[in-house]
Amino acid sequence: MACIEARGLCKAFGTTVALDGIDLRVEEGRILGLIGPNGAGKTTALNAILGLTPYRGELKVLGRDPWTERDQLMRDVCFIADVAVLPRWLRVSQALDYVAGVHPRFDRAKAEGFLAKTTIRHASRVRELSKGMVVQLHLALVMAIDAKLLVLDEPTLGLDILYRKQFYDSLLNDYYDRSRTIVVTTHQVEEIQNVLTDVMFINRGRIVLNCSMEEFESRYLEVMVNPEHVAAARALKPIHERQVLGRSLLLFDHVDRQQLAALGDVRTPSIADLFVAVLGNQAGAAQGAAI
Amino acid sequence: MNTQSNAVPESPLDSQVIAPAAISATRRMYWSVQRELWESRSIYIAPLAVAALTLFGFLISTIHLPDKMRAALALDPVQQHEVIEQPYSFAALLIMGTAFIVGVFYCLDALHAERRDRSILFWKSLPVSDLTTVLSKASIPLVVLPLLSFAIIVATQLIMLLLSTAVLLGSGLSVAKLWTQLPLFQMSLMLLYHLLAVHALWYAPIYGWLLLVSGWARRAAFLWAGLPLLAICVVEKIAFNTSHFAAMLESRLSGGAAGASTASGSVLMPPMTQLTAGQFLISPGLWIGLGVAAAFLAAAVRLRRYQGPI
Repeated sequence: MACIEARGLCKAFGTTVALDGIDLRVEEGRILGLIGPNGAGKTTALNAILGLTPYRGELKVLGRDPWTERDQLMRDVCFIADVAVLPRWLRVSQALDYVAGVHPRFDRAKAEGFLAKTTIRHASRVRELSKGMVVQLHLALVMAIDAKLLVLDEPTLGLDILYRKQFYDSLLNDYYDRSRTIVVTTHQVEEIQNVLTDVMFINRGRIVLNCSMEEFESRYLEVMVNPEHVAAARALKPIHERQVLGRSLLLFDHVDRQQLAALGDVRTPSIADLFVAVLGNQAGAAQGAAI
Repeated sequence: MNTQSNAVPESPLDSQVIAPAAISATRRMYWSVQRELWESRSIYIAPLAVAALTLFGFLISTIHLPDKMRAALALDPVQQHEVIEQPYSFAALLIMGTAFIVGVFYCLDALHAERRDRSILFWKSLPVSDLTTVLSKASIPLVVLPLLSFAIIVATQLIMLLLSTAVLLGSGLSVAKLWTQLPLFQMSLMLLYHLLAVHALWYAPIYGWLLLVSGWARRAAFLWAGLPLLAICVVEKIAFNTSHFAAMLESRLSGGAAGASTASGSVLMPPMTQLTAGQFLISPGLWIGLGVAAAFLAAAVRLRRYQGPI
């Protein structure tokens, strides 16, 4: 069964179209990266999936309609929407008490175990914790919930690189077990490239790319073209070209690796490079692609 | 509806593990109310502080208590009763008034603060319905505050009585008059009736309205709570030269049908004849008010579904 299934998902705020007919299918056990510039509709899509916003179109998350069944859905779904949504007056011990009190799948001992690895004290209030510690706390709460789907919307925004690395490390090592599904949006694409199993680009409320990482690696190739072969390389219709240190870097889609190897050094592009290429090709994509 | 979706593939083992861990609605409600008490500690701190202040003032006043008792003995029984009871009623009024003010400010903030500090995103990430959340918030002024103020008032009055007894005994006066003129048990019953009838049931639409406004307003919930009501009064006055709406508001605030019998000073009058529970329970004002309160709360539940951080 698909974990998330959407058909023709639409959402408009007044005259602004946030989601313009999204079709989406996320299978169980995938780690999907939802990448897009600011205002592309990522958060709106996640909000629809989490039952935080009404929408038009068909959407089923774990077989449920998120808008009408949010509270039942949240037994199987967790989300960290942005950093700093934990109320500042809450004590760490109260957070544990409360989640243990209302969540049937919360394992308090597990959460205590995660917290024991940090410097967070039980008596502290959230307002006394640093931004990084708040995220650690939130992650400890969420990872102790035996959920089927975890949604992360910019979970590491504003954190330093150590916390960011630690965040994804503990997520992969202590949480992800191949039966769980994770959907994550972030601007720090390069940091999650190795984490993802699937990637999806979204721009102006539409999906512009949707593929698995295996497909990504076989399909897209970046070539550092030797100067004498530039014309030949351009004839193969690269989807993007840029200059790096006086040499041309060409990005190809569906071109034979052997053929490209003759033109220069071939490598797998980073998601960020492909993102710039795909969105740069879209007319009027001058709206700061915030990577 | 996809037929597949009903058959969520769950191994028998899984469901066995999960079934005993199911959480009852009561337990979710309990923790939701607990959460409100964590967040708004003024709910119990304010009435307790007022009770402490009252006791402090009363303690100082006991210096004159022996003289006052001697003077009271010369009066006729009705006046005697008034003189003796007066500080006790005053303490009760003070604490009830505080609880009312706390309830008003609590309601105005209840559905607003969680949107302001974005924590609504955290609360909504947990399996607690909007209905449970709104009901738990409504239960603070409708259940928690009346019962809490009842307990605090009774405790305060008891301490006052014990203090007086000690002082009177210390100065060699009889405490018989004091105890006979202060039927604490009857007073407590009257008080409980007053708190439940007026503060919980009669005021319900006020709290419902405030909760609705706090869930709806993006800012200045306080103004939104008052100005539309004022506007209706003004428009009615100009258009029809009547003031029915204003009169209705006034009766609601003053305690109306219930207040007529138990309002302010006479709250603690012992004669049980003043208990007009029957009349109160059949008064249309009560039921209309409860209906309106239910409508306000239903609207607040619906609104919370749509609301996100502001």
